[in-house]
Formats: sequence, C-alpha cells, structure tokens
Amino acid sequence: MGLRRVAVVGAGMTKFVRRSLETGRELAWEAVSKALESCEMTLDQIDCVVIGSAPDAFDGVHMKGEWLSTGAGAWGKPCMRGFVGGGTGVFSPAQGWYHIASGLFDTCLVVCEERMSPTQPHPQAAFNTIFDNFTERALGPNLLWIFALEMNAYMTRYGLSKADVAQVAVKNKRNAADHPASQLGDANITLQDILDSEVLAWPVQRLDVSPVTDGAVAIVMAADSVARRVTPKPVWIEGIGWNLDTAYWTNRDLSYPTYVEEAARMAYRMAGITEPRKQIHIAEPYDPFDYKELHHLEGLLLFDKGKAPEATALGITQRNGDLPVCPSGGLLGVGNPIAAAALMKIAELFWQLRGEAGKRQVPGDPRRGVAQAWGDLMQVGTVVVMGK
Amino acid sequence: MEHLVYPTKGLSEQAFEKSEVLFETWHVKAEYAWDTGVAMGKYLDELKNGRLIGRRCFKCKRVMIPPRMFCEQCFRPTDEWVYVQDTGTVKTFSLCYVRWDMVRLKEPEIPAVIDIDGASKGMGILHKLGEVDPQAVKIGMRVQAVWKPPAERTGSITDIAYFKPI
Repeated sequence: MGLRRVAVVGAGMTKFVRRSLETGRELAWEAVSKALESCEMTLDQIDCVVIGSAPDAFDGVHMKGEWLSTGAGAWGKPCMRGFVGGGTGVFSPAQGWYHIASGLFDTCLVVCEERMSPTQPHPQAAFNTIFDNFTERALGPNLLWIFALEMNAYMTRYGLSKADVAQVAVKNKRNAADHPASQLGDANITLQDILDSEVLAWPVQRLDVSPVTDGAVAIVMAADSVARRVTPKPVWIEGIGWNLDTAYWTNRDLSYPTYVEEAARMAYRMAGITEPRKQIHIAEPYDPFDYKELHHLEGLLLFDKGKAPEATALGITQRNGDLPVCPSGGLLGVGNPIAAAALMKIAELFWQLRGEAGKRQVPGDPRRGVAQAWGDLMQVGTVVVMGK
Repeated sequence: MEHLVYPTKGLSEQAFEKSEVLFETWHVKAEYAWDTGVAMGKYLDELKNGRLIGRRCFKCKRVMIPPRMFCEQCFRPTDEWVYVQDTGTVKTFSLCYVRWDMVRLKEPEIPAVIDIDGASKGMGILHKLGEVDPQAVKIGMRVQAVWKPPAERTGSITDIAYFKPI
C-alpha cells in the first residue's frame, strides 16, 4: 500500500483506582510522563497527539479532549480525539498508526484517560441517554439491561451455565493480582465467589461485571526509521480493523458479534494472518463483563461459535495455556476506565511481546498478539494486531 | 514494568463525606423537546391507535420495526407502511433487580427484546414483560401486548403497558 511500518516504542500508565485524587488532566500527565520515560524520549520529539476518552458525561466536561489536551502533551501540536465509545482505547492507536503510516508524522503520542468517579450517584446515569429517545427511554432502561439481554441470548443459544461463563471472571481477577496497576486483582478468588455475588440483572451478577475506575494509559508510536533508533525491541502494528453494526440493536443477532468478526478479518488481512488460531499467541479481548471475553474470542475467530467456554474450562486461555487470554487481568481485574482500559490491553501486548511483563509474562516467547475493544451502541468492534 | 506505573493516589469511598479532600459539585439541568420525525411520528401515532406498524423495503423485502424511512441495508427509501401483529416471541430477557442509580428493587423488572410477528425474522423491539412469574420466563416464549385504555394513550412506547404470555 506504500505505507510506512509503525511501531509502539514506549508505554506507561497510572494505577487504576476507584476514585483518584488526581484530575483527568493530572492522570493524563502521569501516564504520558511514564510513557516518555519508558523510551527515554522528550515531548519535543513528539510530532502529534491522539487523545482517547469515552463519553464527556463522565467528567461533566464538554469537549473533554480539548480540556485534557494540556495534560496529554498536546499544547502547540497537531491533536485529535477519536471517539467510538468503549471501543476508543483500541481505535486510538489505529489513528496513531495512520498518522505515521501515511508519512505525515514520524512520532505520535496516544493518550487515553477516563474518570468514571465524578458522576453521581453512579456513572450508569451517564449512560441513560444512549437509549433511543422515542422507543426506549420511556421504558426506564439502565445500561445493565443491554448486557443482561445479550448475555442471556448467548448463554441460551449454546446451553451455557453461569459457571461456564463465570470462570472467565476468576481467571482474569487472578491474573490481575500480578498487575502492579490493578484495582481488583485477587489471587484467591473462587468460582463460588462469583456465583454467590449479588444478582444485578439476571444473568448478570456483581462479580460478572468490571468495576468503576479512574485511570490513564499512554503509548509512544514511531515510524520504522525512528523506532529502530529509539529501542532495540520495537513492537510493530501489523494490522488494524474496525467495523460498525446497525444502530437498531434490537434487530441484531445478540448471540454473536458479527462486527467484531468483520473488524478482525480486516486486521488479519492487513497482517497477512490466514490462520489466526495458529498465528496469534496472545489475545486481549474486551472483557467489561465475563461473557464478553467469550463472545469476543469467537468474533475474533479464535474459537468456534459457542466453544470459547469449553476452551476456558480446559485451561487453554490461562497464562500458561495454548492461547493466553487477558494475561493482564483485563477489565474485570485491572479495572475499567473505559478508553484507558482498552489502551491498557495494547500496553500489555507491548510488554508481553518484549518479555517485560514480569510475573505476568506469558511463557514460550510469544511473537504476535491481538487486542480488541467494543463499544458505541454495543455495535463497534476495534482490533489491533501487534508483533515483534 | 512496575516502574512504568505512576503511583496514583486512590481516595476512599468516604473521602468526600469525611471532608478529606475539597470538592466542587455541579447539577446538570438540560431539557429537550424532539419532534418525532417521519417514521417515528407515524409509529407513535399508531401506538395511540393500539396498533404496531413497520416499513417494507421492496428491494430486500424486509419488514422493519421500529420503522424507518430509509433502508440502512439497501440504502434507499423504504416503500410502504405495513401493519404487523401485537404478538411476538421473546428473543432474550433479563430479570433486573436494580434501577439506573443502582437502588435495589424488590420485584424485578423484566426487560425483553421481542421479535414481532409480521415483521421480518429477527426484527425485535425493546419492552417489558408483565403478568408472569419471573422464574417462568423463557427465551422463545410467545407474548402479546397489553395496551393501556385508549383514553390513557399518549403516542408513546408506554401506550403498551407490557407484554404478557399467551
């Protein structure tokens, strides 16, 4: 395509916490300073900035990208904010990729920040306006409805039990115990803990859901020629893809995310991946709810439809399994500051593929990983393939 | 990578109540009035008459509900209004024990996506179920709309009080 190769050369993040003392701008600054430190670069070596943040309503600040920009290092630089709801954190590095691949810039700082704690009494309130203003809002919906409806459709279609699904929450919360930024890591959590947790919207129980979180993550991206000077271990962006389903969500097949499959096929095509199950060594699918990891693994074509739960039961998705899934601990364990949570997945692949993930390191010298996020009106899939 | 995690300061749940930190508050007051548009205007007007209506696209042959004046698949205008039934099949449901502000409910609400008879396969709408034991609800259950009395209808999705099993 006549495009330049693009690598991730640095990454940094804040701790993920229920409520941060720091403001959003301060969180963005913390993550950026750590990302620049990681690759020994300074802000004057950054050509452009991409900011990712989900709904403005969380912070109660309109035009939040502009508001964050000073903390994100964007003063006096070309800067843009992309927004695809929960899919933003994996979409932002895709934007960073085309800024550089096109030849327009040599370096790009990608910064994702989210504070869910300011909205009172609960950030669910900020989600109520995603429902259709004529056909749905008058019914008094809440965000859990959508997940519960989708989870039930998925479980019923394949005859799954709550235990089949809840094992994902156990795996991810245990994995997160080894993540230094984690909010909910717990090495001793059991399947029974998940199954005994409070019912919110059946089949969704409290511990099936990721927590409310504040946090920020930043990565530094660079063109081939710059990347090789910055680090001996660049991690390449090999493929990107994204896709949107119809906004009439009640007209969709709720048991399978077709839009994730379309996004994955786009990214795999670009990466030259013909057999994803053999050619991908780590997966970081979006896991705001435990069933979503299973849903997304199937959409990413890593398991047959309805077969991801069985693979999880067999230990295939454990950190030492054949296909480690969410070795970071994911949103269920590390936490879910929306846009920042998904960029955390990109940072995890960066550290894993460089062999720098510490206690979380996946064995066997993994060479390629895929990260995926999901959002908008439950309709967007965003996918990035990274390799060394 | 431990050194690449900033030691961000987390506050306790009680930090505000105990005035451990200063804080500002803001209450958003935003009011909106939407005209209902072409497709929705007709849909809501027919709800007032106690009927469900969809739109057909002559190209893909789909009967769509909620109705739309354009077919997003063929990307052309839809062609005609089609009355559909007020019966359908539960595509999926939940038993929801919390309100939007996370206050717990004693009796669950039962939101459901209901595939409507007379519309194309998989064309569902969001509504709630009633007159049913929550534990007895099943995907695939046949249901029918329970309409409010004509005098109480306002041209809203809530002109259907709920759907009940048939």
